[in-house]
Amino acid sequence: MNSRAVGVGRVLIVIYAILALGATARSVVQILTKFDVAPVAYLLSAVSGVIYIVATIALILPGTTWYRIAWAAITVELVGVLSVGTLTIVDSTLFVSDTVWSYFGRGYLFVPLVLPILGMLWLYRRRPSRVPS
Amino acid sequence: MIEWFTLVQLGVAVVAGLLCLVMGLAGRIPSDITMGVTALVELFLLIQLVMAIVAPAVGNSPTGSALEFWVYLVSAVLVPPAAVFWGLIERTRWSTVILGVACLAVAVMVYRMGQIWTVQLA
Repeated sequence: MNSRAVGVGRVLIVIYAILALGATARSVVQILTKFDVAPVAYLLSAVSGVIYIVATIALILPGTTWYRIAWAAITVELVGVLSVGTLTIVDSTLFVSDTVWSYFGRGYLFVPLVLPILGMLWLYRRRPSRVPS
Repeated sequence: MIEWFTLVQLGVAVVAGLLCLVMGLAGRIPSDITMGVTALVELFLLIQLVMAIVAPAVGNSPTGSALEFWVYLVSAVLVPPAAVFWGLIERTRWSTVILGVACLAVAVMVYRMGQIWTVQLA
């Protein structure tokens, strides 16, 4: 039994799955219809979508390898939302179109900002040394 | 989209979501009530789906990207059944919380769908 996909962790996984669906679907639409307008922003949207998918899968699957992948994905998310969030506030011309991480995830009710922090707390509480998987 | 219907749908999704969240955090496992309101949210989505197919034919077309609207609608339609399915196989309080999260996610998506259909800022 995987020690990460239990209890409140399941709620976390579902929120990750919904965000993965939202970010990926949105970026597919953006890339298909108006890629020329803001290639950087739309590629970033696609990359963030993939990272959310990886995080969702890594949280579900057992084992220390997936545990490390989960940490890596969630760290990238936190760095992404903080750096892109700061950049959009400092210089709004850098990203002419919104991404998941613009303005610290404002377009997604700040869920992208809160989620990696909750994810890290959850991963820390469920670290393999404490709970054998 | 018909505006009043969308507003009712939004209200139903928010109330259903909050109800499931509260019941779940209070320790209830998925019940007929919480599963029922999630099913109601799905029913509204299916009605919206049919209306979105018919509406452009009677002169009610989206002012924004139809593709983006449809991606939201199809995604939203998939969410409640997935949550209910989970609630049926995993009988814990957290499944009730998940029903709530799903309903609130649908509420956000319906809100965005309303924006795409009616409000264009750019």
